Amino acid sequence: MKTLFDKIWDAHVVTSVEDGPTQLYIDRHLCHEVTSPQAFAGLRARGLRVFRPEQTTLTADHNIPTMGQDQPIRDQISRFQVDTLARNARDFHLTYYGLNNPKNGIVHVIGPENGYTQPGMTIVCGDSHTSTHGAFGAIAFGIGTSEVEMVLASQCILQTRPKTMRINFEGKLNEHVGAKDMALFMIARLTTGGATGYFVEYAGEAVRNLTMEERMTLCNLSIEMGARGGLVAPDETTFNYIRGREFAPKGERWKEAMAYWQTLHTDEGALFDKEVTFDVSQIKPMITYGTNPGMGMPIDGTIPQLDDIDEAGKISFERSLRYMGFEPGEKLEGKLIDYVFLGSCTNGRIEDFRVFAGYVKGKKKADHVTAWLVPGSWQVRKQIEAEGLDRILEEAGFALRQPGCSACLAMNDDKIPAGMYAVSTSNRNFEGRQGPGARTILASPLVAAAAAVNGKITQP
Amino acid sequence: MEKFQTIISTYVPLPIENVDTDQIIPARFLKATTCDGFGDNLFADWRYDKEGHPKPDFVLNNPAFKGQVLVAGKNFGSGSSREHAAWAIAGYGFRVVVSSFFADIFRNNALNNGILPVVVSESFLSGLFDASKADPQATVTINLEEQTITSNVTGSSERFEINPYKKKCLLKGLDDIDFLLSNRNKIETYEQRRPFAY
Ligand code: SF4
Repeated sequence: MKTLFDKIWDAHVVTSVEDGPTQLYIDRHLCHEVTSPQAFAGLRARGLRVFRPEQTTLTADHNIPTMGQDQPIRDQISRFQVDTLARNARDFHLTYYGLNNPKNGIVHVIGPENGYTQPGMTIVCGDSHTSTHGAFGAIAFGIGTSEVEMVLASQCILQTRPKTMRINFEGKLNEHVGAKDMALFMIARLTTGGATGYFVEYAGEAVRNLTMEERMTLCNLSIEMGARGGLVAPDETTFNYIRGREFAPKGERWKEAMAYWQTLHTDEGALFDKEVTFDVSQIKPMITYGTNPGMGMPIDGTIPQLDDIDEAGKISFERSLRYMGFEPGEKLEGKLIDYVFLGSCTNGRIEDFRVFAGYVKGKKKADHVTAWLVPGSWQVRKQIEAEGLDRILEEAGFALRQPGCSACLAMNDDKIPAGMYAVSTSNRNFEGRQGPGARTILASPLVAAAAAVNGKITQP
Repeated sequence: MEKFQTIISTYVPLPIENVDTDQIIPARFLKATTCDGFGDNLFADWRYDKEGHPKPDFVLNNPAFKGQVLVAGKNFGSGSSREHAAWAIAGYGFRVVVSSFFADIFRNNALNNGILPVVVSESFLSGLFDASKADPQATVTINLEEQTITSNVTGSSERFEINPYKKKCLLKGLDDIDFLLSNRNKIETYEQRRPFAY
């Protein structure tokens, strides 16, 4: 009796180091401009080629502008970083989706939408939100640059086997509650370190009922509670999503793949190192009030009092509220906000834009709010246009930008100014994450839409 | 990689929990294409004001606190997978980070760059903070061979865990790529026999 995680892991063990880590084979490797240059430099220094070039794909996303992408990048250092990626792609014979390529976009958005991400795979990328791909029943996790070099050199990585945890979401979701709220609720309960050392399987009725894109949102946020990754067993929803996409298996290969994929589930009675169950009827639309994703509460909730925080955590808690400009015990509903960011690999896919557009349709953006709407990829942007959502957004006073990570990590010009409040659909509310001094309130696309229209934190 | 030897050093206390990688090295400093120079921007937003002047109340700007060891609050290194965080810590001159809990990816990245993450108990950690508060000259000894950390003020000592393979790598100054490359034929054999090839 095996868990889903065990089945995939065991199928990828090349060998094990005595008293040490496992040498794990990697099916797919994704690279972007920020965490790869030093790895390619390492290969050059050792005189190595890429071992399996067809298994690595490159995209530029983290450090690119989201306007005027047809022009050369103005920031010289950023341009050099993107050019370096293009050069590495050429020198090492790798597929590269650069700026203006129709397949360009955020690495964790383009993998799934092109059918590159499939059940049973091992997938790595030098970005912690690689856990997104786990939605397809894959072992997917973020790696550091030394590990990027290892994969380029050997298509393998050395890993200690993580412990396994199953998180069951039982019951039916309330109205206006989605995968983002489930995730913020879960992280608030388990804390940002609560799943460190574990690989999580998400299960239960509420997870089964999620669409693929919602499952991606949930798996994406696994890392925010410290987990190595999160995954969902593949089912009809998964297969229907993959079928027909560009890199999906076709014909006989599809049948073979399906025969294998259908074995990918946790056996009845298989044991996890830890198991947690949430009743989703408890979950309401969520926001964060602090500077880590575990500091979440329902929109109508109140920030904890200092007395509720354990001794060792008091300094960090106070520091965090000082940074945010909030008081212990404060309610945030009704609070004015300055910026709204819809985008990122957490919530920058077509369904997120549908939800946002659905809410703002026939309404107007609040005058004092600056809104950045950044599709996760060119394909998402095309789809937005095909469905006429761009017109709905425009009529409500919103403009679309070009794809990229944008204000999720604010490496490019999309920085929230110091002291300003941003309701953001991304994944991290760390100090300075969205720009030096920026104050981030994480929320779902629906809550972000409500904030954009009403100019304040409000129930959707 | 440099071999890891026993370290006796003063330490820099950072009694803050959940120090994430965006604090260790903010994203706007990730534009470099080499591993050098990140040490100058370690903890940049805590360390410098908007004009780039050192903030006097931040510990790295206090000349009393130096050493090869950083002692930080619980859950150090959470957040992004950026190895730049490890390069910044190494670049500043730290060889050891002590905390009561580390985020996974950071721990790996640290080890891959010759930095030793040492996990201690909460009480040992607060003991270290107290000692350096009383006297910034307080020292610790980290002995990797024995897997022990000792506070030289109180004499109290704790054993820490480390994977035996990683321990060997650090002590000998070896890295993982050498190991993986020596296994090429095993990788090719695996590719022939795996259950489903993508
Ligand atoms: S959108 Fe944010 S989290 Fe996602 S890949 Fe880009 S920087 Fe990383």
